[in-house]
Amino acid sequence: MEHILTYAQAAEPAGTVAYAPADGLLGNVWLLVAIPLLSAAILLLLGKRADRWGHWLGVAAVGAAFVLGLSFFFQLRGLENRSVELSLWDFIAVGDFRVDFGLLYDPLAAVFVLLITGVGFLIHLYAVEYMAHDEGRRRFFAYFNLFVAAMLLLVLGNNYVMLYFGWEGVGLASYLLISFWTERPAAATAGKKAFLMNRVGDAGLAIAIFIMFATLGTTQYDEVFNSVGGLTATTVLVMGLLLLLGAAGKSGQFPLQAWLPDAMEGPTPVSALIHAATMVTAGVYLIARSNPIFSANSTLQLVVVSVGALTLLIGCVIGAAKDDIKRVLAWSTVSQIGYMFLGVGLGGAAYALAIVHLLAHGFFKANMFLGAGSVMHGMKDQVDIRRFGGLSKYMKITWLTFMAGWLAIIGMFPFSGFFSKEPIIAAAFARGDWTSWLFGGAAVLGAGLTAFYMTRLYWLTFHGPKRWTEDIDHPHESPLLMTVPLILLGIGSLGAGFLLATSVPDWLTATAGLGGAEEHHDAVLSHTAVTVISLLVTALGVLLAWYLFRNGTATSPQPAGVVVTAARKNLYTDAFNVAVFEKPGIFLTRALVYLDNRGIDGLVNGLAAGIGGGSGRLRRLQTGFVRSYATSILTGALLVVAAFLAVQAGWLA
Amino acid sequence: MSNFPFLSVLTVAPLVGALVVVLLPRSRPVLAKQVALGWSLLVLALSVAMWVTFQVDGDRFQFRESYPWIPNWGVNFTFAADGIALVMLMLIAILVPLVILASWHDAETSKRSVPVYFALLLVLETTMIGVFAAADIFLFYVFFEVMLVPMYFLIGSYGGHQRQYAAVKFFLYSLVGGLFMLAAVIGLWVVGGKTFDWVALSQVDITTGTERWLFLGFFVAFAIKAPFFPFHTWLPDAGGAAPAGAAALLVGVLDKVGTFGILRYCLPLFPEAAKWFAPYALALGVIGIIYAALLAVGQNDLKRLVSYTSIAHFGFIGVGIFAFTTQAGTGAVLYMLNHGLATGLLFLVVGMLVARRGSALISDFGGAGKLVPVLAGVLFFAGLASLALPGTAPFVSEFLVLIGTFTVNKPVAVIATLGIILAAAYVLWMVQRTTQGTLNPALTEIEGMRKDLNLREKVVVAPLIVLILVLGFYPKPVTDVINPAVQATMTDIGRTDPAPTVGGVQEASR
Repeated sequence: MEHILTYAQAAEPAGTVAYAPADGLLGNVWLLVAIPLLSAAILLLLGKRADRWGHWLGVAAVGAAFVLGLSFFFQLRGLENRSVELSLWDFIAVGDFRVDFGLLYDPLAAVFVLLITGVGFLIHLYAVEYMAHDEGRRRFFAYFNLFVAAMLLLVLGNNYVMLYFGWEGVGLASYLLISFWTERPAAATAGKKAFLMNRVGDAGLAIAIFIMFATLGTTQYDEVFNSVGGLTATTVLVMGLLLLLGAAGKSGQFPLQAWLPDAMEGPTPVSALIHAATMVTAGVYLIARSNPIFSANSTLQLVVVSVGALTLLIGCVIGAAKDDIKRVLAWSTVSQIGYMFLGVGLGGAAYALAIVHLLAHGFFKANMFLGAGSVMHGMKDQVDIRRFGGLSKYMKITWLTFMAGWLAIIGMFPFSGFFSKEPIIAAAFARGDWTSWLFGGAAVLGAGLTAFYMTRLYWLTFHGPKRWTEDIDHPHESPLLMTVPLILLGIGSLGAGFLLATSVPDWLTATAGLGGAEEHHDAVLSHTAVTVISLLVTALGVLLAWYLFRNGTATSPQPAGVVVTAARKNLYTDAFNVAVFEKPGIFLTRALVYLDNRGIDGLVNGLAAGIGGGSGRLRRLQTGFVRSYATSILTGALLVVAAFLAVQAGWLA
Repeated sequence: MSNFPFLSVLTVAPLVGALVVVLLPRSRPVLAKQVALGWSLLVLALSVAMWVTFQVDGDRFQFRESYPWIPNWGVNFTFAADGIALVMLMLIAILVPLVILASWHDAETSKRSVPVYFALLLVLETTMIGVFAAADIFLFYVFFEVMLVPMYFLIGSYGGHQRQYAAVKFFLYSLVGGLFMLAAVIGLWVVGGKTFDWVALSQVDITTGTERWLFLGFFVAFAIKAPFFPFHTWLPDAGGAAPAGAAALLVGVLDKVGTFGILRYCLPLFPEAAKWFAPYALALGVIGIIYAALLAVGQNDLKRLVSYTSIAHFGFIGVGIFAFTTQAGTGAVLYMLNHGLATGLLFLVVGMLVARRGSALISDFGGAGKLVPVLAGVLFFAGLASLALPGTAPFVSEFLVLIGTFTVNKPVAVIATLGIILAAAYVLWMVQRTTQGTLNPALTEIEGMRKDLNLREKVVVAPLIVLILVLGFYPKPVTDVINPAVQATMTDIGRTDPAPTVGGVQEASR
């Protein structure tokens, strides 16, 4: 440990971070947050009066934000210093603690804005139809808009308190949308679980912010990044680990991953937007944004890489054992974000790779979730892939677009995952020591497992024999409003990878402080070798899944070995949480309630009874006769007067 | 306008209103309510005028008035307000009209006089204003004790289940605390040269031993009032039995007298003792945060649950006060205001729910959101404010308390931060068990549960929601008022904020 820490201190601090003031068109960047927020407020306040048109207002608000986001993007491209900030007002100003209610619009924020509003717009559009028969559709769009506003604040804040503001805001929106169908106990419980596990992470993030203020006297990004070099390695490590805890909570990474699959209780568009494409990647954003902190300590980076590698494998193993189409996708999200953590943990140029994968994943995962929703739409809201099969003939558009998503996630050339995931694997092999084999190996293994479980999911849903329940006779393709977003996202899954991989890293280099000084290491495997190996492993996974499931699968649970049983039970992580936190917690609260009533209060009442000369007299006191209180007040008053007289007379002097 | 005797007029005005209300014929209950409401709105208008007149960068104490009362003993009717008192006076003026409006039908279910109920609320307002406006320690003590009387009758005569037990417990508990304070007041008068004037007493040098005893006398009274762990057991009983409106005032304002008293009396008058006792007080605060939050999770009675959340919040305030930093102190005072708004709202909306159901037991609810969606929404919002979600006012105060404490005492701040997880647990579980999940069939058969918030109730909750949101995004107008008073208190006890451990940050970047 000791030698690692000293090594870390020797690392070069990042170059000076300086933000220019936002003016001209970019002075309106606050509109990005304000428009969806206003729309949410209108939808909530107008109530039923907005039921007829409320969803269109919701769509329009996000559409407008997207258009604005695009124009801001092009405006930013023409600037010399591509990091502009806008102070709106003094949020907190107490003593030396000053927090700006301010926004920062830079290349990193800009790509997030485009992802959130672009993919968000398509999913909003899709939801108009998906939620058409739900009486709570207006409320749904209100929460959805609230989410977009909070998420944009999260990525646009110019300090850690603003980030925390948006961070908890998206947590609220996520809670509201997971438990959207509140009358379902499972949904209400899942929402609560998500919020609570997130709050554990949030507490970590909060303490990290306290450390910043205590050591650096500020929470503004530029000031923190410029002075982080003056901190001791231990402080950086502790602060970074706490930030990582926050990131793990929001992004469903080990050890706070358990809430994310349960979050699938929410409507499918929610799963697509919040629990796949955007909110759950906020942890990656946090680490990328804080990279001057993470780059300053190699132990810290090692922890991030380890969390990423471990989580990507956990997600794969559990995803392979699930039969619920949305849960498989949820675990695949956990796993893919593991790849992103791996990327941001590697640091240097891999930061940009992680962001590229994040964007590509936003497209193909949103695509597949909406595809799953389309399948459910046609199959009476069923989710069990053992009871699907042969749907390619009935839902051509859903099938083809889902296929694009499947090929993208497994990293098949030329789909987007190939361009975004494979470079991360290669970077994992380029750490320069034995850990290259460890993390590179995990990433390659994950690629093979991903190919396996995603092929299983794809094949069991769209091909093979029909294994439908009896009440389904003719599944239908979804209406235009749902298929158009699918087609657009499908195109994104196909084409976005190459475009992103070639343009985004360059674009991101203009982000002040991103990347930092990179040390060159020799890769233990050449890039070509890594590409060949990962494609081979992927093909192997696909073939194995196809071979096992080409004729469908049993429609009821089958006995399984130790590994599969464990995977079905989420590797016992839920059981662990229940046994270690939930049950003792409930016992503790019960014990304390007993203690408080009998112990502390009993002591008080006993004392009162003792002074009053037994419980009989206490009971008489409680008859509520005014005169007894009058007597006690009178006694008190007499005591006062007597005391004063005593003083006057000089007895106490 | 600045020469207008705001504080004495504000103190007396509600009392006059109470006399008018109580003289109205018992057969005209509606008129009594209207007069009470109108009167409290006048007090609000006057308070707003005072807020506007207050000069943020002016003297520490403003609006000072002094009239002789008992010259032999040096007792005067002295009033003055610093930023802390001003904020609390504003909170009282805002809450009382809302409570009167919220309690519109509360007194009807009891067999007691309706006008008297509203008169009692106005009497309570007089005593509450007096206790925050007093700048003479004897006057403060008198208001401190007299305040118990109207609240005693509000709980004991108009309360719910076990109201007598709760009222007596509240009264005796506070009275015991008051006796400790009385002893300390007299002691202070003796060592302080036979004066009760705050300014004069704050100049007096007291020997260490005496100072600690006097501090303790005041502190016990205030710790019972607040209440801090382990003096808290009266609050769940009182909060559970009191009518919702009175409960909102009880936890929203009355309990703040405890924390206000510590800030106004314990710290400036006994600075050395305050520093000596600070570790113990911090420990009580942090235990309270965790302990009361765990107890709140385990409650099956809505009003008791809210009472326990309050105890946890008072733990935060206590920690903020005894951390002795600008951020923590300002955060604590802001917390006193925000807690009054948020928990006031929570108590009022819980009252609306309980009034409909005829029961405060959580297990008697279930799925109520289906029947009363707006009410459930407001309950949820109040819960969010209670768990200090960013965007609601309590976030700013809680964050200030924690960050200010962290700079001087890391373990306390870190343990207190765990309280935010527990806060999420008690709020969300309460919301889940009452308004979410499958609809309890018993609810559909109850007439009241089919009616969502009416206009009167919306008018009650709307101002609080707006204030909580506005102060959640822009707390500066209030922190600017509080800050100088807190800094003056810091000077009194001779503490300054620690500098960041890595110096020269600002120069390097800006």
